[in-house]
Amino acid sequence: MKLLIIASILLVVVLVGGFAALRRLYPDSKAVAWLAESKTRPILFVPLALFLLIGGFAAYKLSNPGDTFIRSRLIGKELPAFTLPEALPNRLPVRRADFGRGEPRMINIFASWCVPCIAEAPQLMELARRGIPIDAVAIRDRPEDIARFLGQWGDPYRNIGADRDASLQLAIGSSGVPETYIVDGGGIIRYQHIGAINPSDMTRLTEEFEKARR
Amino acid sequence: MIAEAGLAALWFAAALSLLQMGLGWAAVRPGNDNLLRLVRPLAVAQGLLAGISFLALIWLFLETDLSVKLVVANSHSDKPWLYKFAGAWGNHEGSMLLWVTVLAVAGGAVALLERKLRKDTLIGTLAAQATISLGFYAFLLFASNPFERSPVIPIDGQGLNPLLQDPGLAFHPPTLYFGYVGISVAFSFAVGALVTRDVGRDFAQAMRPWVLGAWIFLTLGITAGSYWAYYELGWGGWWFWDPVENASLMPWLAATALLHSVTVLATRDALRAWTVMLAVVAFSMSMIGTFLVRSGILTSVHAFAVDPQRGSFILMLLCLYIGGALALFALRVSTVREGAPFRVVSREGSLVLNNLLLTIILCLVMLGTLYPLLTEAFGTKISVGPPWFNTVSAPFALLLVIFMGMGPLLKWRKDDGNKLLKRVAVPLLLGAATALLIVIVAPDVHLLPMLGLAVAVPVALMSLMPLVGRNLRRTPLIIWGMVAAHFGIAMSLAGMASESAFSKEVLVSARPGQVSEIGPFTVRFDGAEPVAGQNWTAIAGRMTVRRGEGEEFVMLPEARMFSDPVTATSEAAIETHWDGQLYTVIGEPDGQGAWQLRLWWKPAVTLIWFGGSLVAIGGLLALLGRVMRRRSARKSVTDEAEGVPGREALA
Repeated sequence: MKLLIIASILLVVVLVGGFAALRRLYPDSKAVAWLAESKTRPILFVPLALFLLIGGFAAYKLSNPGDTFIRSRLIGKELPAFTLPEALPNRLPVRRADFGRGEPRMINIFASWCVPCIAEAPQLMELARRGIPIDAVAIRDRPEDIARFLGQWGDPYRNIGADRDASLQLAIGSSGVPETYIVDGGGIIRYQHIGAINPSDMTRLTEEFEKARR
Repeated sequence: MIAEAGLAALWFAAALSLLQMGLGWAAVRPGNDNLLRLVRPLAVAQGLLAGISFLALIWLFLETDLSVKLVVANSHSDKPWLYKFAGAWGNHEGSMLLWVTVLAVAGGAVALLERKLRKDTLIGTLAAQATISLGFYAFLLFASNPFERSPVIPIDGQGLNPLLQDPGLAFHPPTLYFGYVGISVAFSFAVGALVTRDVGRDFAQAMRPWVLGAWIFLTLGITAGSYWAYYELGWGGWWFWDPVENASLMPWLAATALLHSVTVLATRDALRAWTVMLAVVAFSMSMIGTFLVRSGILTSVHAFAVDPQRGSFILMLLCLYIGGALALFALRVSTVREGAPFRVVSREGSLVLNNLLLTIILCLVMLGTLYPLLTEAFGTKISVGPPWFNTVSAPFALLLVIFMGMGPLLKWRKDDGNKLLKRVAVPLLLGAATALLIVIVAPDVHLLPMLGLAVAVPVALMSLMPLVGRNLRRTPLIIWGMVAAHFGIAMSLAGMASESAFSKEVLVSARPGQVSEIGPFTVRFDGAEPVAGQNWTAIAGRMTVRRGEGEEFVMLPEARMFSDPVTATSEAAIETHWDGQLYTVIGEPDGQGAWQLRLWWKPAVTLIWFGGSLVAIGGLLALLGRVMRRRSARKSVTDEAEGVPGREALA
């Protein structure tokens, strides 16, 4: 990218400089005389240079469409302090203290009333099978509904916390359900996946998890 | 058959534009004026053919010809006819065809009507116009053919985006395009005049009506677009600083500056290089706007189907045209003689200030629009939103409006600053009083809206002052136009300031029978009822509203569900009173019998669009005045030439 900017500035310099040189070298040429007649001042090329600069950026953007993904501002930040009570009687609560103990973990934000959560359930099961610890945060949910949901679609979770007023969800910058976070061994949020995990997202998630391990 | 005919017309138009371009550039030297006899009909024929091609597309949409890909993708046989009609330009290919058609028709109109411009410059202008057309014909024919047949004929079309199914949208894009693309004429004039070194008073006088015409359409288009967004999107806002809105605002700012500088050039023969520059910039802004929207390099709610291939095609055209024009400008403009000098305190001086401020605002809007693109190139993703745009542009806009009020009160060449201050003392005091009043009565109004009102009131008064001391019956239409447009700006500003200062908003979760208060109104929610239209079903919230002790009336905001394609939209119900609008939207049910209702009371909000329309009407008056003046001038010239006795002799 920087190359492109330098190139377009150079181009203008070369054009202006080249013209000056031509005037010295071939004072008799007709074409040069025509150009010289215009008594060109460098400042008049400023609009052209500006436009070329913008064009350069646009060309760069066209050739690298980039990802249209919006990254959470909390990525790279430490997981805030929280304690969520257990969502089911026989499970452990989800606490900040369990994170940042040297091992990365995933946080999956879900709800039994959320339809896309059903869609991502097989993928979560697969992640759990690969040995990735996933803690669940159930948003505005009831224990009996959660139990029914897990019974029907599978239970990939270690601990399940109940976020009855969506306070943790807001604190970690999640805008909806489902979302999945990767927190590294130091308690730093490394990755945020917005929406259901599709089979095509699995490689990326596993990669990010492996990165967080380092 | 119709599709093939349309395509053929497009190919012929492209061929004619190639011929027009070649002949034009070959004949641009003085002394080859007789070739104008060839170039003129070429330009007219090209405009006609492009028009025919566009009519063919409209025909296909009205018939819902499902053998054409574009119709399948963007229409449906159940759609009301108006939206079949509007569907022709509610998509990428169709709107590009409209773009090119306007370009060609504008070129044809110049060929047909322009009599004042020097002949060689006119040839240059038509050649430049044909050069632009040719590129965009190529773009249509090779990269976005609107007439492409589809290999299989489906049972029905996929429908038009429901947000676009609105009477406003049937007319908003064509209006905007007439302005947006019509400004190409100014660009071609500038290029033609640079080539023949003909930048001067006559050139400016010839160009002025064309700039004015395009500017009227642009003003109307932006005003209508703003109102459309206001009532159709259901957010209660009227301007979102979306890249596409900015793409239409930037040419408007440049065209407004051009309109004023061309006046200086036409009356006083000053600001030559600057005027030419603005003419190039104005249309460049239109092209850049088109590019930004079509290439998808900026994300926007308005974005059409995004295709990087098309993006690179338009970028190439852009570099060729804008780069070429700017290079020509850089090489040639210094041969343009310096214009007449003038003092700082003078009509010219105020118009220079106007240009300066408009240019600053233009640069700020452009910076804000392109900034995300710049930072992303360096790896940071940000978006620039209304807070930034409002904060940085408002101070300059307010200054601009103040000087807009004062400028017309100054004499050409030089004037006395003290005299001006004496004339505007009363309005200025009135403005200060307004500010004071607001601070006392409503201390929690923010600074910018307060300043907006404090500026709008005196400027409205000042803008009427050019009429003072004139015989109103003999005042030229041009003066009336200026007064109307300036008054409209002040009015619009008053609407914007009042809307942001005094709007009230209530969000309630209401059960049937529940009563809420908003501003001077009491709103009773009576319940939700199903409604059906030709291609949608909806839930309408029935509200009985009463203002103070006045009569009750019913408002029915709807949450619509369109069938093809399946999309939900929100139809606001708006009740207009003389002093503002009550704006209601129905949202989601909570599943337990209550509905989300959103109510706004927006005092004086309608002034924004009345003001905008008044600005356009002012432009129209000025244009009429110019055309009539030109016609009578021509008549008297021919009278003299033919030796017909003048009016004095008859009387």
